[in-house]
Amino acid sequence: MADRLIATPSQTVGPFFHIGLGRPDWADLTAGNPQGERIVVAGRVIDGDGAPVPDACLELWQANAVGRYAHPDDTRTDTPLDPNFRGFGRVSTNADGNFRFTTIRPGPVPGRGNSLQAPHIAVALFARGLLKQLYTRVYFAGEPLNETDPVLSTIADPMRRQTLIATRSEDADSAIWRLDIVMQGDNETVFFDI
Amino acid sequence: MSDTIRPFARPREGSQPPYLHPDYASTVKRAPKHSPIPLEHTLTEVTGPVFAGGWAGADAADLTQGHGGPPLGERIIVSGRVLDEDARPVSGTLVELWQCNAAGRYCYPVDQHDAPLDPNFDGVGQVLTDERGEYRFLTIKPGAYPWRNTYNAWRPAHIHFGIFGPAFTTRLITQMYFPGDPLLALDAIYLGTADEKARQRLIAAYDPNLSEAEWALGYRFDIVLRGREATPMENT
Repeated sequence: MADRLIATPSQTVGPFFHIGLGRPDWADLTAGNPQGERIVVAGRVIDGDGAPVPDACLELWQANAVGRYAHPDDTRTDTPLDPNFRGFGRVSTNADGNFRFTTIRPGPVPGRGNSLQAPHIAVALFARGLLKQLYTRVYFAGEPLNETDPVLSTIADPMRRQTLIATRSEDADSAIWRLDIVMQGDNETVFFDI
Repeated sequence: MSDTIRPFARPREGSQPPYLHPDYASTVKRAPKHSPIPLEHTLTEVTGPVFAGGWAGADAADLTQGHGGPPLGERIIVSGRVLDEDARPVSGTLVELWQCNAAGRYCYPVDQHDAPLDPNFDGVGQVLTDERGEYRFLTIKPGAYPWRNTYNAWRPAHIHFGIFGPAFTTRLITQMYFPGDPLLALDAIYLGTADEKARQRLIAAYDPNLSEAEWALGYRFDIVLRGREATPMENT
Protein backbone atom coordinates (compact mmCIF):
# COMPACT_ATOMS: atom_id res chain seq x y z
CA MET A 1 0.00 0.00 0.00
CA ALA A 2 2.82 2.39 0.91
CA ASP A 3 4.02 2.69 -2.66
CA ARG A 4 0.63 3.68 -3.98
CA LEU A 5 0.28 7.22 -5.24
CA ILE A 6 -1.45 9.73 -2.97
CA ALA A 7 -4.74 10.85 -4.46
CA THR A 8 -5.17 14.50 -5.40
CA PRO A 9 -7.00 16.44 -2.68
CA SER A 10 -10.41 17.85 -3.42
CA GLN A 11 -10.83 21.65 -3.47
CA THR A 12 -13.99 23.70 -3.39
CA VAL A 13 -15.85 24.51 -6.60
CA GLY A 14 -15.97 28.10 -5.36
CA PRO A 15 -18.65 30.67 -6.15
CA PHE A 16 -18.04 30.90 -9.91
CA PHE A 17 -18.34 27.26 -10.95
CA HIS A 18 -21.24 28.04 -13.27
CA ILE A 19 -18.88 29.06 -16.06
CA GLY A 20 -17.22 25.65 -16.02
CA LEU A 21 -19.97 23.34 -14.83
CA GLY A 22 -23.07 25.09 -16.13
CA ARG A 23 -24.88 22.61 -18.40
CA PRO A 24 -28.56 23.52 -18.21
CA ASP A 25 -29.54 20.64 -20.50
CA TRP A 26 -28.03 18.11 -18.09
CA ALA A 27 -30.88 18.85 -15.66
CA ASP A 28 -33.16 16.76 -17.91
CA LEU A 29 -32.12 13.11 -17.85
CA THR A 30 -35.06 12.20 -20.09
CA ALA A 31 -33.86 14.10 -23.16
CA GLY A 32 -33.13 10.84 -24.96
CA ASN A 33 -36.71 9.64 -24.37
CA PRO A 34 -35.93 6.70 -22.06
CA GLN A 35 -38.40 4.11 -20.85
CA GLY A 36 -40.00 4.59 -17.47
CA GLU A 37 -42.14 6.91 -15.40
CA ARG A 38 -41.12 10.53 -15.86
CA ILE A 39 -40.68 12.40 -12.62
CA VAL A 40 -39.52 15.81 -11.48
CA VAL A 41 -37.40 16.05 -8.35
CA ALA A 42 -37.28 19.51 -6.79
CA GLY A 43 -36.14 21.03 -3.55
CA ARG A 44 -34.03 23.62 -1.86
CA VAL A 45 -30.51 23.54 -0.46
CA ILE A 46 -30.32 25.17 2.97
CA ASP A 47 -27.31 26.10 5.14
CA GLY A 48 -26.79 26.10 8.91
CA ASP A 49 -28.55 29.46 9.29
CA GLY A 50 -31.60 28.12 7.49
CA ALA A 51 -30.71 30.33 4.54
CA PRO A 52 -31.03 29.12 0.96
CA VAL A 53 -27.79 28.21 -0.79
CA PRO A 54 -27.81 29.92 -4.19
CA ASP A 55 -24.45 28.58 -5.33
CA ALA A 56 -24.73 24.81 -5.03
CA CYS A 57 -24.35 22.23 -7.77
CA LEU A 58 -25.89 18.75 -7.59
CA GLU A 59 -24.70 15.80 -9.62
CA LEU A 60 -27.02 12.82 -9.98
CA TRP A 61 -26.40 9.17 -10.72
CA GLN A 62 -29.08 6.53 -11.03
CA ALA A 63 -30.12 3.26 -12.61
CA ASN A 64 -32.64 3.03 -15.42
CA ALA A 65 -36.31 2.13 -15.01
CA VAL A 66 -35.52 -1.57 -14.49
CA GLY A 67 -32.58 -0.97 -12.17
CA ARG A 68 -29.62 -1.28 -14.53
CA TYR A 69 -26.67 1.10 -14.45
CA ALA A 70 -25.25 2.27 -17.78
CA HIS A 71 -21.75 1.25 -16.77
CA PRO A 72 -19.47 -1.67 -17.69
CA ASP A 73 -19.20 -2.84 -14.07
CA ASP A 74 -22.92 -3.58 -14.01
CA THR A 75 -22.47 -6.91 -15.75
CA ARG A 76 -25.94 -8.36 -15.17
CA THR A 77 -27.45 -9.92 -18.24
CA ASP A 78 -30.98 -10.35 -16.87
CA THR A 79 -31.62 -6.61 -16.53
CA PRO A 80 -31.56 -4.72 -19.84
CA LEU A 81 -29.80 -1.47 -20.59
CA ASP A 82 -31.86 1.36 -22.01
CA PRO A 83 -29.84 2.89 -24.86
CA ASN A 84 -31.72 6.14 -24.29
CA PHE A 85 -30.75 6.56 -20.66
CA ARG A 86 -27.30 7.43 -19.34
CA GLY A 87 -28.31 7.95 -15.73
CA PHE A 88 -26.23 11.06 -15.11
CA GLY A 89 -27.40 14.62 -14.51
CA ARG A 90 -26.30 17.93 -13.09
CA VAL A 91 -28.28 20.89 -11.81
CA SER A 92 -27.38 24.13 -10.05
CA THR A 93 -29.48 25.91 -7.45
CA ASN A 94 -31.03 29.24 -8.42
CA ALA A 95 -30.95 32.52 -6.49
CA ASP A 96 -33.50 31.13 -4.02
CA GLY A 97 -31.52 27.94 -3.44
CA ASN A 98 -34.00 25.86 -5.43
CA PHE A 99 -33.11 23.02 -7.76
CA ARG A 100 -35.30 21.00 -10.11
CA PHE A 101 -34.45 18.15 -12.43
CA THR A 102 -36.40 15.78 -14.65
CA THR A 103 -35.67 12.09 -14.80
CA ILE A 104 -37.32 8.69 -14.71
CA ARG A 105 -38.06 6.77 -11.58
CA PRO A 106 -35.23 4.24 -11.20
CA GLY A 107 -35.79 0.57 -10.58
CA PRO A 108 -34.40 -1.27 -7.55
CA VAL A 109 -30.74 -2.29 -7.74
CA PRO A 110 -28.77 -4.98 -5.95
CA GLY A 111 -27.20 -4.22 -2.60
CA ARG A 112 -24.40 -6.14 -1.00
CA GLY A 113 -24.83 -9.88 -0.68
CA ASN A 114 -28.34 -10.91 -1.61
CA SER A 115 -29.95 -7.65 -0.55
CA LEU A 116 -32.01 -5.40 -2.78
CA GLN A 117 -31.78 -1.61 -2.61
CA ALA A 118 -34.91 0.46 -2.91
CA PRO A 119 -35.10 2.79 -5.92
CA HIS A 120 -32.83 5.74 -5.26
CA ILE A 121 -30.85 8.52 -6.91
CA ALA A 122 -27.29 9.13 -5.71
CA VAL A 123 -26.46 12.81 -5.23
CA ALA A 124 -23.11 14.59 -4.96
CA LEU A 125 -23.41 18.14 -3.63
CA PHE A 126 -20.78 20.76 -4.46
CA ALA A 127 -20.69 24.36 -3.22
CA ARG A 128 -18.57 27.21 -2.03
CA GLY A 129 -17.72 26.31 1.55
CA LEU A 130 -17.45 22.60 0.74
CA LEU A 131 -13.84 21.55 0.31
CA LYS A 132 -15.13 18.20 -0.97
CA GLN A 133 -18.50 17.00 -2.16
CA LEU A 134 -21.19 15.74 0.18
CA TYR A 135 -22.85 12.50 -0.87
CA THR A 136 -26.49 11.79 -0.18
CA ARG A 137 -29.38 9.87 -1.74
CA VAL A 138 -32.96 10.52 -2.78
CA TYR A 139 -35.52 7.77 -2.03
CA PHE A 140 -39.24 7.80 -2.76
CA ALA A 141 -41.99 7.85 -0.14
CA GLY A 142 -44.43 4.96 -0.29
CA GLU A 143 -41.94 2.57 -1.83
CA PRO A 144 -42.29 -0.75 0.04
CA LEU A 145 -38.62 -1.62 -0.49
CA ASN A 146 -37.64 1.38 1.66
CA GLU A 147 -38.49 -0.74 4.71
CA THR A 148 -35.75 -3.24 3.93
CA ASP A 149 -33.25 -1.03 2.11
CA PRO A 150 -29.78 -1.95 3.42
CA VAL A 151 -28.49 1.62 3.22
CA LEU A 152 -31.47 3.27 4.91
CA SER A 153 -31.12 0.58 7.60
CA THR A 154 -27.65 1.86 8.49
CA ILE A 155 -29.25 5.09 9.72
CA ALA A 156 -30.00 4.36 13.36
CA ASP A 157 -32.46 7.20 13.94
CA PRO A 158 -35.67 6.64 11.94
CA MET A 159 -36.35 10.38 11.99
CA ARG A 160 -33.07 11.01 10.20
CA ARG A 161 -33.96 8.41 7.57
CA GLN A 162 -36.81 10.68 6.56
CA THR A 163 -34.32 13.30 5.39
CA LEU A 164 -33.60 11.08 2.38
CA ILE A 165 -37.18 10.34 1.41
CA ALA A 166 -38.79 12.61 -1.16
CA THR A 167 -42.52 13.15 -0.92
CA ARG A 168 -44.86 13.40 -3.85
CA SER A 169 -46.79 16.64 -4.25
CA GLU A 170 -50.48 15.83 -4.07
CA ASP A 171 -51.55 18.71 -6.27
CA ALA A 172 -49.21 18.01 -9.13
CA ASP A 173 -50.50 16.78 -12.49
CA SER A 174 -47.29 14.96 -13.18
CA ALA A 175 -45.23 13.48 -10.40
CA ILE A 176 -43.23 16.12 -8.56
CA TRP A 177 -41.12 14.74 -5.76
CA ARG A 178 -39.86 17.23 -3.20
CA LEU A 179 -36.81 16.91 -1.00
CA ASP A 180 -34.79 19.67 0.61
CA ILE A 181 -31.12 19.23 1.37
CA VAL A 182 -30.22 20.71 4.76
CA MET A 183 -26.45 21.01 4.98
CA GLN A 184 -26.37 21.67 8.71
CA GLY A 185 -28.61 22.06 11.74
CA ASP A 186 -32.09 20.92 12.69
CA ASN A 187 -33.31 18.24 10.34
CA GLU A 188 -29.84 17.99 8.81
CA THR A 189 -29.79 15.71 5.77
CA VAL A 190 -28.04 12.38 6.18
CA PHE A 191 -24.79 12.39 4.25
CA PHE A 192 -22.70 9.34 3.49
CA ASP A 193 -19.00 8.74 3.76
CA ILE A 194 -18.32 6.76 0.63
CA MET B 1 -23.60 -14.44 -12.39
CA SER B 2 -20.64 -12.65 -10.90
CA ASP B 3 -21.62 -10.96 -7.69
CA THR B 4 -18.37 -9.19 -6.89
CA ILE B 5 -18.19 -5.52 -6.03
CA ARG B 6 -14.74 -3.98 -6.22
CA PRO B 7 -14.85 -1.09 -3.74
CA PHE B 8 -12.65 1.98 -3.95
CA ALA B 9 -9.98 2.61 -1.33
CA ARG B 10 -10.71 5.07 1.46
CA PRO B 11 -8.56 8.22 1.51
CA ARG B 12 -5.50 8.10 3.73
CA GLU B 13 -5.67 10.12 6.95
CA GLY B 14 -5.16 13.82 6.28
CA SER B 15 -4.90 13.43 2.52
CA GLN B 16 -8.30 15.03 1.85
CA PRO B 17 -9.70 18.20 3.42
CA PRO B 18 -12.35 18.04 6.16
CA TYR B 19 -15.82 19.53 5.80
CA LEU B 20 -15.35 21.90 8.72
CA HIS B 21 -12.21 24.02 8.33
CA PRO B 22 -12.89 27.26 10.24
CA ASP B 23 -9.97 29.11 8.62
CA TYR B 24 -12.12 28.91 5.49
CA ALA B 25 -15.07 30.83 6.88
CA SER B 26 -17.70 29.54 4.43
CA THR B 27 -17.31 26.02 5.79
CA VAL B 28 -18.69 27.04 9.19
CA LYS B 29 -22.35 27.14 8.12
CA ARG B 30 -22.08 24.56 5.37
CA ALA B 31 -20.31 21.65 7.05
CA PRO B 32 -22.71 19.05 8.45
CA LYS B 33 -22.69 18.65 12.26
CA HIS B 34 -23.29 14.92 11.99
CA SER B 35 -20.44 12.81 10.71
CA PRO B 36 -21.29 11.35 7.32
CA ILE B 37 -22.36 7.73 7.74
CA PRO B 38 -19.85 5.21 6.36
CA LEU B 39 -21.39 3.38 3.43
CA GLU B 40 -19.98 0.13 2.12
CA HIS B 41 -19.84 0.45 -1.63
CA THR B 42 -22.66 -1.04 -3.64
CA LEU B 43 -23.22 -1.09 -7.38
CA THR B 44 -24.41 2.53 -7.02
CA GLU B 45 -21.04 3.73 -5.74
CA VAL B 46 -18.76 1.73 -8.05
CA THR B 47 -20.49 2.85 -11.24
CA GLY B 48 -20.77 6.32 -12.75
CA PRO B 49 -21.21 8.21 -15.99
CA VAL B 50 -19.45 6.91 -19.10
CA PHE B 51 -18.42 9.54 -21.62
CA ALA B 52 -18.04 7.46 -24.77
CA GLY B 53 -19.93 8.73 -27.79
CA GLY B 54 -19.21 12.42 -27.33
CA TRP B 55 -22.47 13.35 -25.60
CA ALA B 56 -20.65 15.68 -23.20
CA GLY B 57 -19.66 17.91 -26.10
CA ALA B 58 -16.65 18.40 -28.32
CA ASP B 59 -13.20 18.85 -26.88
CA ALA B 60 -12.38 22.51 -26.24
CA ALA B 61 -8.70 22.41 -25.36
CA ASP B 62 -7.56 25.79 -26.66
CA LEU B 63 -8.92 28.59 -24.50
CA THR B 64 -7.02 31.21 -26.49
CA GLN B 65 -9.11 30.71 -29.63
CA GLY B 66 -12.71 31.37 -30.58
CA HIS B 67 -12.88 35.08 -29.87
CA GLY B 68 -12.11 38.25 -31.78
CA GLY B 69 -8.44 38.07 -30.92
CA PRO B 70 -5.94 36.59 -28.50
CA PRO B 71 -6.57 36.99 -24.77
CA LEU B 72 -4.22 39.10 -22.68
CA GLY B 73 -1.80 37.26 -20.45
CA GLU B 74 0.99 34.76 -20.35
CA ARG B 75 0.21 31.81 -22.67
CA ILE B 76 0.61 28.47 -20.92
CA ILE B 77 0.21 24.83 -21.78
CA VAL B 78 -1.28 22.74 -18.98
CA SER B 79 -0.96 19.02 -19.55
CA GLY B 80 -0.79 15.84 -17.55
CA ARG B 81 -2.20 12.41 -16.96
CA VAL B 82 -5.21 11.24 -15.03
CA LEU B 83 -4.15 8.18 -13.04
CA ASP B 84 -5.49 6.04 -10.25
CA GLU B 85 -3.56 5.34 -7.04
CA ASP B 86 -1.89 2.36 -8.74
CA ALA B 87 -0.62 4.69 -11.50
CA ARG B 88 -2.97 3.16 -14.04
CA PRO B 89 -4.15 5.66 -16.67
CA VAL B 90 -7.79 6.70 -16.60
CA SER B 91 -8.76 6.99 -20.25
CA GLY B 92 -11.83 8.47 -21.86
CA THR B 93 -12.89 10.44 -18.84
CA LEU B 94 -14.18 14.01 -18.94
CA VAL B 95 -11.89 16.78 -17.70
CA GLU B 96 -13.61 20.15 -17.24
CA LEU B 97 -11.60 23.30 -16.58
CA TRP B 98 -12.48 26.86 -15.62
CA GLN B 99 -10.50 29.88 -14.53
CA CYS B 100 -10.36 33.65 -14.26
CA ASN B 101 -8.49 35.84 -16.74
CA ALA B 102 -4.98 37.24 -16.44
CA ALA B 103 -6.26 40.16 -14.36
CA GLY B 104 -7.98 37.89 -11.82
CA ARG B 105 -11.58 38.34 -13.04
CA TYR B 106 -14.02 35.55 -13.92
CA CYS B 107 -16.23 35.89 -16.96
CA TYR B 108 -19.28 35.56 -14.72
CA PRO B 109 -21.63 38.34 -13.53
CA VAL B 110 -21.45 37.37 -9.85
CA ASP B 111 -17.73 38.22 -9.88
CA GLN B 112 -17.58 41.94 -9.11
CA HIS B 113 -13.83 42.17 -8.49
CA ASP B 114 -12.55 45.54 -9.74
CA ALA B 115 -10.36 44.14 -12.48
CA PRO B 116 -11.01 44.23 -16.23
CA LEU B 117 -12.86 41.57 -18.14
CA ASP B 118 -11.13 40.34 -21.27
CA PRO B 119 -13.51 40.13 -24.23
CA ASN B 120 -11.23 37.51 -25.73
CA PHE B 121 -11.30 35.11 -22.82
CA ASP B 122 -14.09 33.17 -21.14
CA GLY B 123 -11.88 30.69 -19.28
CA VAL B 124 -13.74 27.44 -19.96
CA GLY B 125 -12.46 24.21 -21.50
CA GLN B 126 -13.09 20.49 -21.59
CA VAL B 127 -11.45 17.37 -23.02
CA LEU B 128 -11.71 13.61 -22.75
CA THR B 129 -8.46 11.94 -21.67
CA ASP B 130 -6.80 9.82 -24.34
CA GLU B 131 -5.92 6.11 -24.05
CA ARG B 132 -2.86 7.00 -21.93
CA GLY B 133 -4.98 9.12 -19.62
CA GLU B 134 -3.45 12.33 -20.97
CA TYR B 135 -5.02 15.73 -21.46
CA ARG B 136 -3.64 19.03 -22.70
CA PHE B 137 -4.97 22.60 -22.62
CA LEU B 138 -3.64 25.83 -24.06
CA THR B 139 -4.71 28.80 -21.96
CA ILE B 140 -3.32 31.88 -20.21
CA LYS B 141 -2.04 32.09 -16.67
CA PRO B 142 -4.85 33.22 -14.37
CA GLY B 143 -4.31 36.14 -12.01
CA ALA B 144 -4.62 36.23 -8.24
CA TYR B 145 -7.74 37.89 -6.86
CA PRO B 146 -8.98 39.06 -3.46
CA TRP B 147 -11.66 37.25 -1.52
CA ARG B 148 -13.32 38.20 1.72
CA ASN B 149 -12.39 35.18 3.79
CA THR B 150 -10.26 37.43 6.01
CA TYR B 151 -9.12 41.04 5.63
CA ASN B 152 -6.84 41.45 2.60
CA ALA B 153 -6.89 37.75 1.70
CA TRP B 154 -5.93 36.83 -1.89
CA ARG B 155 -6.42 33.54 -3.64
CA PRO B 156 -3.27 32.16 -5.22
CA ALA B 157 -3.50 31.87 -9.00
CA HIS B 158 -5.39 28.66 -9.73
CA ILE B 159 -7.26 26.72 -12.38
CA HIS B 160 -10.37 24.72 -11.40
CA PHE B 161 -10.45 21.12 -12.61
CA GLY B 162 -13.32 18.64 -12.58
CA ILE B 163 -12.58 14.97 -13.34
CA PHE B 164 -14.94 11.99 -13.20
CA GLY B 165 -12.95 8.77 -13.35
CA PRO B 166 -14.65 5.37 -13.51
CA ALA B 167 -17.28 5.79 -10.78
CA PHE B 168 -19.46 8.25 -8.86
CA THR B 169 -17.03 7.61 -5.98
CA THR B 170 -13.98 8.78 -7.92
CA ARG B 171 -15.51 12.13 -8.86
CA LEU B 172 -13.03 14.89 -8.07
CA ILE B 173 -13.23 18.66 -8.28
CA THR B 174 -9.97 20.34 -7.43
CA GLN B 175 -7.76 23.33 -8.15
CA MET B 176 -4.33 23.49 -9.77
CA TYR B 177 -1.82 25.98 -8.37
CA PHE B 178 1.50 27.31 -9.68
CA PRO B 179 4.91 26.53 -8.19
CA GLY B 180 6.52 29.20 -6.04
CA ASP B 181 3.36 31.21 -5.44
CA PRO B 182 3.84 33.09 -2.14
CA LEU B 183 0.08 33.17 -1.59
CA LEU B 184 -0.08 29.39 -1.09
CA ALA B 185 1.38 29.64 2.42
CA LEU B 186 -1.51 31.95 3.36
CA ASP B 187 -4.40 30.29 1.54
CA ALA B 188 -7.09 28.72 3.74
CA ILE B 189 -8.41 26.55 0.92
CA TYR B 190 -5.04 25.12 -0.08
CA LEU B 191 -4.06 24.63 3.57
CA GLY B 192 -7.34 22.85 4.30
CA THR B 193 -5.63 19.57 3.46
CA ALA B 194 -3.44 18.60 6.43
CA ASP B 195 -1.01 16.25 4.68
CA GLU B 196 1.73 18.25 2.99
CA LYS B 197 2.59 15.51 0.51
CA ALA B 198 -1.03 15.40 -0.56
CA ARG B 199 -1.07 19.19 -0.91
CA GLN B 200 1.93 19.00 -3.21
CA ARG B 201 -0.31 17.16 -5.67
CA LEU B 202 -2.16 20.44 -6.17
CA ILE B 203 0.90 22.31 -7.45
CA ALA B 204 1.78 21.96 -11.11
CA ALA B 205 5.44 21.54 -12.08
CA TYR B 206 7.12 23.80 -14.59
CA ASP B 207 8.17 21.46 -17.41
CA PRO B 208 10.59 22.83 -20.01
CA ASN B 209 9.87 19.84 -22.22
CA LEU B 210 6.24 20.88 -22.34
CA SER B 211 7.02 24.51 -23.14
CA GLU B 212 6.93 25.51 -26.79
CA ALA B 213 9.76 27.75 -27.92
CA GLU B 214 8.76 31.33 -28.71
CA TRP B 215 5.19 30.48 -27.79
CA ALA B 216 4.06 29.18 -24.38
CA LEU B 217 5.27 27.98 -20.98
CA GLY B 218 4.47 24.38 -20.06
CA TYR B 219 3.10 23.16 -16.74
CA ARG B 220 2.61 19.51 -15.89
CA PHE B 221 -0.32 18.62 -13.66
CA ASP B 222 -0.99 14.94 -13.08
CA ILE B 223 -4.25 14.11 -11.32
CA VAL B 224 -4.58 11.01 -9.13
CA LEU B 225 -8.05 9.60 -8.49
CA ARG B 226 -9.04 7.08 -5.86
CA GLY B 227 -8.05 3.54 -6.80
CA ARG B 228 -9.69 0.25 -5.97
CA GLU B 229 -9.16 -1.47 -2.67
CA ALA B 230 -6.14 -3.70 -2.94
CA THR B 231 -8.01 -7.00 -2.70
CA PRO B 232 -11.34 -7.54 -4.42
CA MET B 233 -13.93 -8.40 -1.81
CA GLU B 234 -16.58 -11.00 -2.22
CA ASN B 235 -19.93 -9.28 -2.10
CA THR B 236 -21.33 -11.14 0.88
